[in-house]
Amino acid sequence: MSKHTFTSKTFLSIVLLLIYIPIISLVVFSFNDSKSLIQFTGFSLEWYVKLFESGTIMDAVFTTILVAIISTIASTLIGTLGAISLTKNKKWLREWILNFNNIPIVNPEIVTAISFFVLFGAFQIERGLMTMIIAHIAFSVPYVVITVYPKVRQMDADLISASSDLGATPLQTLWHVILPQIRIGIIAGAAIAFTMSFDDFVISYFASSGSAVKNISIYLYTLKRGIEPTINALSALIILVIGMKITFDYFKTQKNLMEEEE
Amino acid sequence: MKPFVISKPKIKTKRKWTFEGFLGVPYQAVIGFLIVIPIVLMLIYSFQSRASSQTFTLIFTLDNYLRFINEPIFVSLMAESIGLAFVATLISLLIGYPLAYIIARSNTKTKTLLILLITAPMWINMLLRTKALEQVILMTAPELIGTNVAIIIGMTYVYLPFMVLPIYTVLSKIDMSLYESASDLGANKLQTLIKVIIPLSISGVLSGIMMVFLPSATTLVVPKYLGAGRFLIGNLIENAMIAQGDFGYGSSIALLMAGLILIFLYLIKKVDKYTEGGDE
Repeated sequence: MSKHTFTSKTFLSIVLLLIYIPIISLVVFSFNDSKSLIQFTGFSLEWYVKLFESGTIMDAVFTTILVAIISTIASTLIGTLGAISLTKNKKWLREWILNFNNIPIVNPEIVTAISFFVLFGAFQIERGLMTMIIAHIAFSVPYVVITVYPKVRQMDADLISASSDLGATPLQTLWHVILPQIRIGIIAGAAIAFTMSFDDFVISYFASSGSAVKNISIYLYTLKRGIEPTINALSALIILVIGMKITFDYFKTQKNLMEEEE
Repeated sequence: MKPFVISKPKIKTKRKWTFEGFLGVPYQAVIGFLIVIPIVLMLIYSFQSRASSQTFTLIFTLDNYLRFINEPIFVSLMAESIGLAFVATLISLLIGYPLAYIIARSNTKTKTLLILLITAPMWINMLLRTKALEQVILMTAPELIGTNVAIIIGMTYVYLPFMVLPIYTVLSKIDMSLYESASDLGANKLQTLIKVIIPLSISGVLSGIMMVFLPSATTLVVPKYLGAGRFLIGNLIENAMIAQGDFGYGSSIALLMAGLILIFLYLIKKVDKYTEGGDE
């Protein structure tokens, strides 16, 4: 619609440049053939080899992926079913549940982290992988609910009555009628849950403190000696995966937009 | 006939309620055990004295809250964290608002691309992003590491997208014809911005401020990497809870922050209502 002026274009380019320079330099130095993170001395894949040889880093990567997968499946399931049942709750109860639901979303991470730390401490539950997973499920469920619940509300209620009138059991109605209609919300919720879990630091750190369990973030934070370019190699791989996903999403939305325009 | 007609659908809705009510049990358990109970526990611990925090004997004390005023280290670190986060929030606003404005006024295709470019870094682990920034600062101006400037740059860099997104969301809802009517009525661009656009986007600005200020003030990561191991309030909490197991300390800080957020949310809601009312 409106064309950007020269000033606003310059401003945009500068900000984007500032955002991306660190990320690009991170990737560039993953190919450095010396240990320096400041001077590029030549191209090598040495750090990628070292990355896959490092047991501790690979353990952290494995923990991160394991926790993300388990907590995504659990929170998507719990959150989706919870969102469906919300519509059946009485109004006051639903409002209370949704208010509590929003607490971990609006609170800064450290508040949620402290709350889990206190919870596991008070009940003398030993912190470790299990508590980390529980914490991840707990902070992901509210996001799944706020993503899925609007879709449940948009659903055509007549279809559900029609389904039960035609003799479907509640379970059949859920599986064949309700879930397909809110599919987009469920996928979006699961995607949010996965990324939140994958990137989480503060909550994981508090929820598993005192144990040897480390995800990527905790590994980076507790690293005693200076960071090596192996970390850059790991980052570059993560950035590659995220970049591919985002590019894919971008072209998908562009395609959808074009179809809408037609 | 009448009672029969009424009772039939009643039975049906009741059966459906039971099944779907049952589906929500795990969710309600999560809310109850992992959100409500921890808050209650924090409340209890925040009024417990240090010595009793492990054994859980109920001794009422205000010590944890009095520390906000009494303990010099706490007060100075709190002031320092708030000061740094305040400057970072201000800079984020000064960069984020025009950015959101430019994006909101682009055509649809450019809009999606720009929003994607701004939000993409949010998907990358925050520690890695801070690390990346540290590397660039070490390359260009290593003397900055450990100074307030580096910490402020770090907070702004990491949390800027959280300022842009809510402002963008509000701005893109504003009817384009408002710009035209303002100029038809003789307002120049600056007047339109100050008198029309900014008042309408206040709720987005407040959300952005909240989403940048609180995480900035409590970050563990930025001071560790860019502050050369300096201590801010987040690190103090980390130390008190993880190293010393002082539950009351962290609980009272957490509740204080949660209270601040409630005030913020209340303000945002109020401003939002005002703009909606003014719209009509």
